[in-house]
Amino acid sequence: MAELFNAVVQAIRQDELCAIVTVLSGDEIGRKMLVRRRRGPDERGPNLATVGSLGNAALEHGAAVHAAEAMEARRANRVSVTVEDRELDLLIDVHVPQETLVIVGAVHIAIPLVTFARELGLHTVVIDARPIFATQDRFDHADELIRSWPEDALREMTLNESTYVVTLTHDEKLDTPALIYALDHPAGYIGALGSKRTHAKRVAVLREAGVSDEQIDRIHAPIGLDLGGRGPEEIALSIIAEIVQVRNNRKEVGA
Amino acid sequence: MKEILADIENWQQAGKQVALATVVEVYGSAPRPLGAKLAVSEDGAMVGSVSGGCVESATLQEALEVLSSGKPRLVSYGIADETAWEVGLACGGTIEVFIEPLDW
Repeated sequence: MAELFNAVVQAIRQDELCAIVTVLSGDEIGRKMLVRRRRGPDERGPNLATVGSLGNAALEHGAAVHAAEAMEARRANRVSVTVEDRELDLLIDVHVPQETLVIVGAVHIAIPLVTFARELGLHTVVIDARPIFATQDRFDHADELIRSWPEDALREMTLNESTYVVTLTHDEKLDTPALIYALDHPAGYIGALGSKRTHAKRVAVLREAGVSDEQIDRIHAPIGLDLGGRGPEEIALSIIAEIVQVRNNRKEVGA
Repeated sequence: MKEILADIENWQQAGKQVALATVVEVYGSAPRPLGAKLAVSEDGAMVGSVSGGCVESATLQEALEVLSSGKPRLVSYGIADETAWEVGLACGGTIEVFIEPLDW
């Protein structure tokens, strides 16, 4: 008793993607199981770990499959599972982590980008050390405006698969350390503004700093889907469109 | 779930029993989605919601009974229900709520 609840509390407080399965019918009514996407001693398949018991191995297996699907879809689901000729109803409740867009560079593109991101339900954080860019006037619509060096600000945050990081400063002194820091974490999306030529230079700098090619490949650059646009609003739209594309095609975390 | 955790923990630390009500089925339009939660302490305090306020008091009564019996139950609310006059949903939808003692 309380072990399962404590595990649920911990997963939710850590804002971790997880599913809570509850049996709604049959002898097992009220039984519960927490399903997380992590390796643990009680593995139920690739990358799933569970806490608690539904009282029946076949039921737990079926529940874990549905839980994995619900986590992938990021939506709660009501399902039935047939076990030994009995049909049992399950609720698969899903805790979806808050998605956050971290924008490094309080530049013009960042203004419409914050608007679009908020419309899509993302928490928005704008970081820039330069006081003339990072004004409350320009970013009153952002959830957070942080006036400091990007790398310092990033160190204060949790960068997980629900965190999307874009660097837009046009200043490698600001962008590159932020990128190096983000690449060292499992951020769900990392994009860097700049032409192909700028990016080629950046890649050389990153390699010199000891970042592996595999990590460098995670950077979306030139940033955004190619919509053929040039204005700040159109570029912001192409960036947010790319983030939406990436999050919808999301692969199994840790796979 | 996140927004009701602090209250649940406070109740538990004070040694109170807690029941949890969760929306487990939604037919038609309903104010709160699948998975929406209401927690009830043994002395009748509530946190969270399973509807826009239409069925909370009925759910509270059920939750207190669940706490005294120790057995979970599934309750349905909606216009098709015979108790519609008392606890019907204004939006015309039907919801099913699972009420359980938080003893896990």
